[in-house]
Amino acid sequence: MAAENTQTLTRQDFVSDQDVRWCPGCGDYAILSQVQKLFPTLGIPKENFLIVSGIGCSSRFPYYMDTYGFHTIHGRAPALATGAKLANPDLSVWVITGDGDSMSIGGNHFIHVLRRNIDMNILMFNNQIYGLTKGQYSPTSELGKVTKSTPMGSLDYPFNPPQLALGASGTFIARTIDREQKHMGPILEEAHNHKGTSFVEIYQNCNIFNDGAFSELTEKETKAETQLVLEQGKPMIFGANNDKGLVLEGSNFKIVKLGKEYSADDILRHDKEDKNLAMLLSEITYNPELPVPIGILYQESKPTYDEMMTNQIQEAKKSIGPGDLEKLFFGTNSWIVD
Amino acid sequence: MNTVKKNISEVDSATIRFAGDSGDGMQLTGSQFSDNTAIFGNDLATLPDFPAEIRAPKGSLAGVSSFQLQFSNKDIHTPGDDLDVLVAMNPAGLKVHLGDLKDNGMLIINTANFTSKNLKLAGYEESPLDGSLLDGYQAIKVDMTKLVATALEEIELSSKLKARSTNMFALGLLYWLYGRSLDSSVNFIQKKFAKAPDIVEANIKALNAGYYYGETLEVIKTTYRVNKAKFEKGKYRNIMGNNALAFGLLTAAQRSGLDLYYGGYPITPASDILHYLAQYKNFGVKTFQAEDEIAGVVSAIGAAFAGDLAITATSGPGVALKSEALGLAVITELPLVLVNVQRGGPSTGLPTKTEQSDLNQAIYGRNGEAPMVVLAPATPADCFMMAYEACRIALKYMIPVILLSDGYIANGSEPWKIPDVNTLPDMETRILKKKEGFAPFNHGNPDLARPWALPGTPGMEHRIGGLEKWEETGHVSYDPENHQKMVELRQEKVDIIARDLPPAKPFGKESGDLLVIGWGGTHGALRSAVETAQSEGMSVSHLHLRHLNPLPQNLGEILVKFQKVMIAELNLGQLANIIRAKFLVDAVGLNKVQGKPFTQTEVFNKITELVKGA
Repeated sequence: MAAENTQTLTRQDFVSDQDVRWCPGCGDYAILSQVQKLFPTLGIPKENFLIVSGIGCSSRFPYYMDTYGFHTIHGRAPALATGAKLANPDLSVWVITGDGDSMSIGGNHFIHVLRRNIDMNILMFNNQIYGLTKGQYSPTSELGKVTKSTPMGSLDYPFNPPQLALGASGTFIARTIDREQKHMGPILEEAHNHKGTSFVEIYQNCNIFNDGAFSELTEKETKAETQLVLEQGKPMIFGANNDKGLVLEGSNFKIVKLGKEYSADDILRHDKEDKNLAMLLSEITYNPELPVPIGILYQESKPTYDEMMTNQIQEAKKSIGPGDLEKLFFGTNSWIVD
Repeated sequence: MNTVKKNISEVDSATIRFAGDSGDGMQLTGSQFSDNTAIFGNDLATLPDFPAEIRAPKGSLAGVSSFQLQFSNKDIHTPGDDLDVLVAMNPAGLKVHLGDLKDNGMLIINTANFTSKNLKLAGYEESPLDGSLLDGYQAIKVDMTKLVATALEEIELSSKLKARSTNMFALGLLYWLYGRSLDSSVNFIQKKFAKAPDIVEANIKALNAGYYYGETLEVIKTTYRVNKAKFEKGKYRNIMGNNALAFGLLTAAQRSGLDLYYGGYPITPASDILHYLAQYKNFGVKTFQAEDEIAGVVSAIGAAFAGDLAITATSGPGVALKSEALGLAVITELPLVLVNVQRGGPSTGLPTKTEQSDLNQAIYGRNGEAPMVVLAPATPADCFMMAYEACRIALKYMIPVILLSDGYIANGSEPWKIPDVNTLPDMETRILKKKEGFAPFNHGNPDLARPWALPGTPGMEHRIGGLEKWEETGHVSYDPENHQKMVELRQEKVDIIARDLPPAKPFGKESGDLLVIGWGGTHGALRSAVETAQSEGMSVSHLHLRHLNPLPQNLGEILVKFQKVMIAELNLGQLANIIRAKFLVDAVGLNKVQGKPFTQTEVFNKITELVKGA
């Protein structure tokens, strides 16, 4: 890696010359800003970043980053990113997608890239609405959502993205929020550091078609009660006075009050390597009684598809010897005409 | 046992067919006979035919699998029309194929399978072995299964496993009939079953038993010799179209210095291309079996962007799924080769049967004005050169290319003169090294190729995508005039490739009564029929197109030199429509959509009608 180049990189090096055309007030701006802030700090030459997106508001992202970028077709970004990563494993590949792009039309690619654990980072901007097509409900919209296409309310139960990712054998599953800049930065950095497919669900406010979808989670007055910030090894404590915690009763969470009966030691501690706990935490997503977990829900280390492919190729070269066309063509069933 | 003296008859060519149940091993038997024939030195062409079901109901007409080949001491182009020898391993095989056997042709039957159940399944009310049905043929009725069981008495295998060697008996008998050595099949059996010595022994014994059966018994009085054909000097092997195609792709990667990336999803009859390429990992080949057809092509587009020689292969239904992504490859001007091994359509159609009905799909099948280069190999061996050519064009012009193979040449085989790869055309890429003056959509060269600026190259960071873009900068553009310019540019990119193609040259005279035009896998039948017509004094020539979009520059000049033009294709007239529209010629169609190739006879009859009937 060219350390000289990377040391001098600044946020400005990652700002492209294109005007950003998201609606004023869109949550996407905050995410763009965090990514532009993060990239120069990663020690990676600028030319080795590749940003791939699908279709939707979020997918305009590559145009605003001065890196290599590919704005592909609806839902297909993980597939394109897969080919690019396999062609050049040195690239740091980032997929930018939305809830419609990755959970609906691109659902198949989403689950399979997670299953294969190809080394890339997927940032899914979840605004629970179709924005670019002007406001239809999405696969993460709540049941009964009234939109232009569902005047009497939607009839689909929503996907639970972290749970879907867990079910697809994802090895890094995290959640953050557009308004929580200080939380988002480190999560994105952890996603980058993870070897394998990192999935980050970012709750993102669409102030035009679904304004306030996450306001309970983001407003000053309520967020201390509604957010559960997960930190490795730390007790799951929340509340305006840090006086509430989660314990397990059977396989269900229960909120308890810290004080006489319970101390911090009694509270469940987060272990991101515990898959069962991750399943329980992801289940909270749509439970109005419990705080919404943000942070790294799950992380697991296992070989990536790309490194296994590289290894197979090296092994074949070693055991069979480098390719020899003439030998291959001639094979075992050939003859010479003199 | 005494060896009985036999007559040996020399013939110029022979057409034989093995037919039996899907589980009878007919494809293996046929391909073994083909390899043996190739090594012996005959020219040959093959036609495997099998059901889409892996295990169709045993003994049923739908479950019949067959393998036909013609071999000759002359240059031949087709697997032959009528059969000299039919091997029928069961009643259904006999029922389906007997009609193709010549009068007095040799019919070798495994009587063991003519049970009342199998006869019923084949729709025979009484056994054809008893009645007069076989009267006009030389019927050789052999209980192969029983003879194999006897030959394998001392081997400790179940009778079911022993019976599985019966196809080797039939193969051995045919080897004897044509005076062949058993060596190639003995070697094959030893290698294939290396881990199971008793299976090796059983198969070799069954093979020998078949051979000795012919030699010893008096049933067959005449054997045949087809002498070696005259080939140019060189190294040869027998090769199937899909194998040749995979070799062509691999050679293109090696010669261009790029890694080969293949992204695809299993589909009949294209999967073998993936199977072959997956074996070449020591050449640095990366094969990615994707979750679906779309991911296959899209991952290949990603690999093309990142600098690999990117390939995807599929068949018609898969192309339909990939169409949106092909538009992306067109607008991003990336080098990509899509192979369509055509099969009968529409929809799932006839998965294991051949057809040429995806030409319209290849040329027109995308939203918007999205022209693509379209090529078609003419024979199994030609798949090598045309795969290489597809890669050459994609890389030189920064453009996606469709290669239209078909089930007939994909699974058919013929002798292939192994080329010296150093004499193949050069591979030129547009990889840009110097960043000075870099603009991702700069087309300032006669080939209208944009630069290939690979991720990882400092100073060339740029964004591409499916939105319309400004020329030069590649930035998103909704400008009306720019859009018109870019649409025309993408069309021109295809059109100018015609300058790079060899001029079309008819086989036969350059003017005359009739020009027969074909493309793709119909080459053999058309060439044979035209040769026959020429030998009978008819004024007919054959032009076989391997470049379909763009067409050769001189095609119009050739068309006007003939009184009549006939276009033969396995569809309802797709190339004919293009040629009629483009050159305003009143071309006559010869069209067939039965999942089968043309026979030379049906082509010859149409030629005769057009030349003499007027």
